[in-house]
Amino acid sequence: MSNNLKKGGDEADFTKPLLVPIKRRSFFMYAGATAGATALLLSGCDDDDDNGSNMPGMVNVGSGSVGVLNYAYALEQLEAAFYTQVRTGTYYTGLAAGSAEKQILDDLYYHEVIHREFFKAALTRDAGTAIIKPLEPDFSTINFGTRASVLGAAKAFEDLGVSAYNGAARFLGTDNAGLNYLVAAGKIVSVEARHAAIIRDLLSEGSFLDADVVNVGTNGLEISKTPSEVAAVANTFLKDGSKLNVTGLV
Amino acid sequence: MNFFHILSEIEKTDPEVFERFDSRRQVFKHMTGFGKKMTAAALPLAMGAIFNKAYGQTTSAPGVNDVLNFALKLEYLEAYFYNIGLSGDGTIGNNTTTAAQTALRAQFSATNLSSLLKIRTDENNHVNFLRTALGADAIAAPAVSQFDFTGGKGTNAGPFAGLFSNAALFLAVAQSLEDTGVRAYKGGAPYLASNKDVLTAALNIHSVEARHASRLRTMRRGGPMNDNASATAGAGTGASPKSWISGQDGGGASPAQTAPIYAAGSAPAYTPAGITFPAEDNVTQGATGAAAGVNLQTALASLSFPAAAFSEAFDEPLDVPTVSTIARTFTITGSTIF
Repeated sequence: MSNNLKKGGDEADFTKPLLVPIKRRSFFMYAGATAGATALLLSGCDDDDDNGSNMPGMVNVGSGSVGVLNYAYALEQLEAAFYTQVRTGTYYTGLAAGSAEKQILDDLYYHEVIHREFFKAALTRDAGTAIIKPLEPDFSTINFGTRASVLGAAKAFEDLGVSAYNGAARFLGTDNAGLNYLVAAGKIVSVEARHAAIIRDLLSEGSFLDADVVNVGTNGLEISKTPSEVAAVANTFLKDGSKLNVTGLV
Repeated sequence: MNFFHILSEIEKTDPEVFERFDSRRQVFKHMTGFGKKMTAAALPLAMGAIFNKAYGQTTSAPGVNDVLNFALKLEYLEAYFYNIGLSGDGTIGNNTTTAAQTALRAQFSATNLSSLLKIRTDENNHVNFLRTALGADAIAAPAVSQFDFTGGKGTNAGPFAGLFSNAALFLAVAQSLEDTGVRAYKGGAPYLASNKDVLTAALNIHSVEARHASRLRTMRRGGPMNDNASATAGAGTGASPKSWISGQDGGGASPAQTAPIYAAGSAPAYTPAGITFPAEDNVTQGATGAAAGVNLQTALASLSFPAAAFSEAFDEPLDVPTVSTIARTFTITGSTIF
């Protein structure tokens, strides 16, 4: 292996001794988030964000596999809510029946609602006490009456979803359940990438892998985003009280 | 029987033969005492064991380098395909354009050609990236002559004959290769989980392959000369312009050859519990090994969504042996690349 792909990742991080007990106990600790805060304080870590789990109005996704599932659930909630609202807007309702754009937006609505319900079911089954609440979106910056605004937002959400899944997979556990979640996330992310490609092509034919999402000139890799980068964008579409705290995913 | 002569003959078609026996191939290659110590009677048995190790199905989970090298082989398959069709002599980094390539290029609209050239660049870059990542562990670049993209096993007269002069056929094979790549990366991901940076890199290739596959579907639907293919609804059928895999995709671009790309795989013995390789029309998701998956179509019946949506919303992984079988469609008889 070359040196540019170092082993370790978060394991090499100095916060590792801190994160391990949180991950292991993540199924049990969410009834009282103080356990996490206490662990953080005991470790001597004084980052202000550590108190995010108690911050009023923030939704803490947690850490480890459950944190990633909650994070994905949050993003799928956002996407599903977006396409649900698209279908009530005058841009969508004005599309000709049987037109390509209407059918594409219908499919994306179906897929994203199914993704949302999938994560909801998986979390309810595997981490019933840790599942985040239904989020309240804020799409006030999107004009559901114009093509440019609707497709522009769709493009942003789909690209964000792809980069988010790719960037969060490293926080899944490597136990058997974690590997299963990894495959499940993989099953979804490629569908999101297919979505992103066609939405981009609807806006500008042939822009399916432009340089803002793929390192076209160098290594041909998608540009993934860290949870904090993604949350900063996602939170602009979430109401106060529903904004994401992803400080457990580092 | 000259064992080393046999190996040297095999090496002509399979440059990696020594590496298959032992990744420290130089050690093996120069282990001159090997043949002398073996009696003539024991040799066939020993060879059987050795070849089984080299070419048989492994029973242990692939390591990080195994997965990356397998990905590298698939990237060579894709890169050579686009190179032969669009630019160069097939090898990575050769950018001369032949008359045949100029003729094929002329069959695509400017936008579609630009898309194909972008995809070609990506695949060449993926090869280079994986080679860099693997360093000295990277497999040798296979000879272009090891591949026959017509599916003719070396005759160049297979079911896809003419693909490098027929735009529609070219797109059909391209889509088949990309869809295979998406499933293969997904299937390999669990074996990369121990190395977070490698895992992320592989996923960052995986989603790009999916973008390629989506674009190729769009172009196939609209036709090679259509610069506005994404706005074209399903031709005359009322079918949705799907750039995703719906059901088993009707067996793909050419069902006689491509149906396995969308069909079920087969879980090798080392597969972690809960991970399965169902066909693309699968609607049961979320197994963890400890817990069974949920049939989403049944569980979400109250949504009254079209049945196809439940399979479309998820792509499925494919195991290495099945991907190898698919990839061998495009290699010559006797090739041991896959």
